[in-house]
Amino acid sequence: MKEKIITVSNKMGLHARPAAMLVQVASKYQSSVKIIKDNFDIDAKSIMGIMTLAAGQGSQLKFVADGPDENEVLTELECLFKSNFSE
Amino acid sequence: MSKLENIILKGITASGGVSVGKAFLLDDDDICLIYREIPKNARENEKKRFDDAIEKTRQEFKEIYNKINDILGENYAHIADTHILILDDMNMRKDVYKLIEEGSNAEYAIFKVMDKVIRSFESIKDDYFKERKVDIQEVAKKILTNLLGKRKRSFRDLKENSIVVAHNLTPADTVTIKEKLIKGFITDVGGKTSHTAIMAQGLGIPAVVGLKVVSSQIKTGDTIILNGNTGEVILNPSAELLEKYQKEYDRQNEVIKELKKLKDLPIETLDKRSVLIFANIDNPDEVSSVLNNEAKGIGLYRTEFMYFNRNSIPCEQEHFEAYYRVVKEMSGYPTTIRTVDLGGDKLAKFGLLKLGREQNPFLGLRAIRLCLKYPDDIFIPQLRGILRASAFGKVRLMYPMISGLDELRDANKILQDVKQDLRKTNISFDEDMEVGTMIEIPSAAVIMDMIAKEVDFVSIGTNDLIQYTLAVDRINENVANIYNPMHPAVLRLIKHIIDNAHKEKIEVGMCGEMAGDPYYTPILLGFGLDEFSVSPFQVLKIKKVICGVSFEQARAISAKILKCGDKESISKIVSAIQMI
Repeated sequence: MKEKIITVSNKMGLHARPAAMLVQVASKYQSSVKIIKDNFDIDAKSIMGIMTLAAGQGSQLKFVADGPDENEVLTELECLFKSNFSE
Repeated sequence: MSKLENIILKGITASGGVSVGKAFLLDDDDICLIYREIPKNARENEKKRFDDAIEKTRQEFKEIYNKINDILGENYAHIADTHILILDDMNMRKDVYKLIEEGSNAEYAIFKVMDKVIRSFESIKDDYFKERKVDIQEVAKKILTNLLGKRKRSFRDLKENSIVVAHNLTPADTVTIKEKLIKGFITDVGGKTSHTAIMAQGLGIPAVVGLKVVSSQIKTGDTIILNGNTGEVILNPSAELLEKYQKEYDRQNEVIKELKKLKDLPIETLDKRSVLIFANIDNPDEVSSVLNNEAKGIGLYRTEFMYFNRNSIPCEQEHFEAYYRVVKEMSGYPTTIRTVDLGGDKLAKFGLLKLGREQNPFLGLRAIRLCLKYPDDIFIPQLRGILRASAFGKVRLMYPMISGLDELRDANKILQDVKQDLRKTNISFDEDMEVGTMIEIPSAAVIMDMIAKEVDFVSIGTNDLIQYTLAVDRINENVANIYNPMHPAVLRLIKHIIDNAHKEKIEVGMCGEMAGDPYYTPILLGFGLDEFSVSPFQVLKIKKVICGVSFEQARAISAKILKCGDKESISKIVSAIQMI
């Protein structure tokens, strides 16, 4: 099991489009991926879960991946956030 | 839990008046979600029903995606993308399967799962994220609709006085209207001259449009106040406010009663200049309200409605039967039938024409242009229907969207051929039927002196004339404020049309919305307009203005207005007349 804290830095936060991109990335991997925010955890492969997170700019999200490709998925997710979802 | 009272939403005024009543959501499939235990051996099948509904919904979203992609580009199309991802959300699907395996029916299972997600949005403080729940609601609604095989609700479900709330009202929705029970329209989209506005004005009920997300803020059965004069919709009204509006509503009905007293008076100004007030209609059912309001003729019978809600082009006999009904009921009063004013896109769906989507439908192949291009399929059957009906009363034929003499002559040439064919087969028609044209394209207005020599009458279509003169799409909310009937260029064109038509001794009517707004009546009267053609419900309002002003006075005012160059000085003069 691997963890990583990522800060939402894009202007609009995890609105529909970034949420969709996040799901698409997480779903490519076998590992389970959870996102934890304010004692609330959701499945990163569920767009509805991500939408209910209401993660605006500056939110700190803890990603927890568990599975054979847990390192890879976290790396790619981090890249996605760093690119600000190509906004 | 106490709810906030008197929540005021502000939209665009589309039709005046106030109303108090229960909301009726047209888009809301008030689906009866009852838990039904599914027997063990049928549960796999129930899952399949759910899967099929998901598949069907996916197809629909894909179509939407493609449509948005074509029109607005990829960035916008991602909205539909999100919907597909919600649909494919594995957690959602797992939860629904689980409930079905436990014995629930698919509808209830989806409702339960989606409702839980939607509820979790309620604790979100950020308005932007909170609003995203509409995406989930929309997906849930679509799946449920497909499961139940249900479509949009229809007005036939109305049982009490209601204010209709919808995302948008299409011509197809409004043809099924049971007018007596509808006390107003509220929509998310649209502008002052959208279809909803025209329908509401036609029915004489208030409407507020462009409220953005109102259809997700109101539920069927909510008591709401609709103020079409200010463009406000009030949700959860307090008892005092309800009472106040109820009084206003009653007062408004009193005014309507007062207007009815005008019915038997002649339509003339204080100094005895007579003018005609005709009515505009969309279908034969409206003739009774034309006659009830004492309109002495139909100045515009739009025939587009014959083409809606069907899969084939209406044939000659259908045209004839509709017009025959109207002409008969109008018993001798003139009926001005306008040949079809549709865009090619509407007709392409009949599979007749191989027309692709046009970049600019308002500047594209529509109305008379389409008729001249496909005379055999569209124009001739309609002309034959109109001519045959002319044998039974006073029919006037009118062409839409004429831009110059060539089109007018081409249309008349076809008309002559059709007449010749009828004569050959001994089918009777009115040999003296008047033929006129709409003046709604600036080019036609400018050469009015030439057109006037070749027609029996003209009618000014102000909606298009203004839109084409000012280069403003009247349904585009971003520029709708530039749409201005009082622009000096528009006023000059109208005056130019009337003067040049009068030189050739032909009558000028006006069938656009400007004719039906009492605000403009004195000015148009002063320009010398002969015939006002308005919605049946506006007839008496216009009559009241005409009977209360002298022609000399109106002429002086319009002469003054023609010299003004800007909005403010014009509206000053007009406001001054309203005081008289």
